[in-house]
Amino acid sequence: MATGATQLQLIVNGEDRAFDGVADVAGLVRALGLDVRKVAVERNLEIVPRSTYDKTKLTDGDRIEIVHFIGGG
Amino acid sequence: MDGSAQIDDTWSVAGRTFRSRLIVGTGKYKDYAQNAAAAEAAGAEIVTVAIRRVNLSDPSQPMLVDYVKPDRFTFLPNTAGCFTGEDAVRTLRLAREAGGWDLVKLEVLSNTKHLLPDMEETLRALKLLIAEGFQVMVYCSDDPVYAQKLEDAGAAAIMPAAAPIGSGRGIQNLLNLGLIIEQSRVPVLVDAGVGTASDAVISMELGCDAVLMNTAIAEAKDPIRMARAMKHAVIAGREAFLAGRMDRRMYADPSSPRAGLI
Repeated sequence: MATGATQLQLIVNGEDRAFDGVADVAGLVRALGLDVRKVAVERNLEIVPRSTYDKTKLTDGDRIEIVHFIGGG
Repeated sequence: MDGSAQIDDTWSVAGRTFRSRLIVGTGKYKDYAQNAAAAEAAGAEIVTVAIRRVNLSDPSQPMLVDYVKPDRFTFLPNTAGCFTGEDAVRTLRLAREAGGWDLVKLEVLSNTKHLLPDMEETLRALKLLIAEGFQVMVYCSDDPVYAQKLEDAGAAAIMPAAAPIGSGRGIQNLLNLGLIIEQSRVPVLVDAGVGTASDAVISMELGCDAVLMNTAIAEAKDPIRMARAMKHAVIAGREAFLAGRMDRRMYADPSSPRAGLI
């Protein structure tokens, strides 16, 4: 029960992903190797302000979008 | 007037003042380094950018902001690829969170073949965005009636397409563009359809406040050189507009005096 309890099932950018030891948005962004200053995060269609990443807990089945600026016209 | 470029000839949108009247896109370049060099060569102060999912499989991929830097250029996030008001609002909420800016470019498209705007949906999306506090520059058709509706709804700038996005066909309806420029009390920018420098000159001679382009520079054989050409074109057109062109005559009028002929 000890280790399995920490695995989190999320849908990130449309992909099913499982994470160990991730509890909140800050942890997810870190686990994905992304620079927190260069991305924006949406959780279940709600914007997650950057200042609240470490307070925003994640639960199984959350739909997460992580976006950034790319070239466009 | 001493004939030098007008140092104090600025334009403003949503309370921000700019000297450059050329806004460039950041799509379709070979890489972000070329993109940054083109934006510099264009003398641009504003660049349009898109919002997309990050690549989760390779988070070390180069990022736009590492080359085209937000402290050097004002980023104008767009809603390219959005077909409904809700899509546009969702995209720009993310853009506002990513960049912290409320100045945005709204484009709600209708059809992937011509990419012309769905004006009914664009107007609806504009109202949704304004209710959320965005300052919205609106990509639109060259219809003066809809342009007026956008302005009445609170658009920060009206941005009619000269021709379909990426078509390089130049201004297709000079009359409508002229009517939009004449009636608007907010900045008017030609957005989309510019193919080469003369298209930018004509836009500015008509009295546009600025020109927005991407493909004309990115798909030139030498994008950096074309960016420079566009910079000069926009300045030339603006200066000609301010100078006021001569009247057209039916017949010739000699430049050398007739008097004193031998």
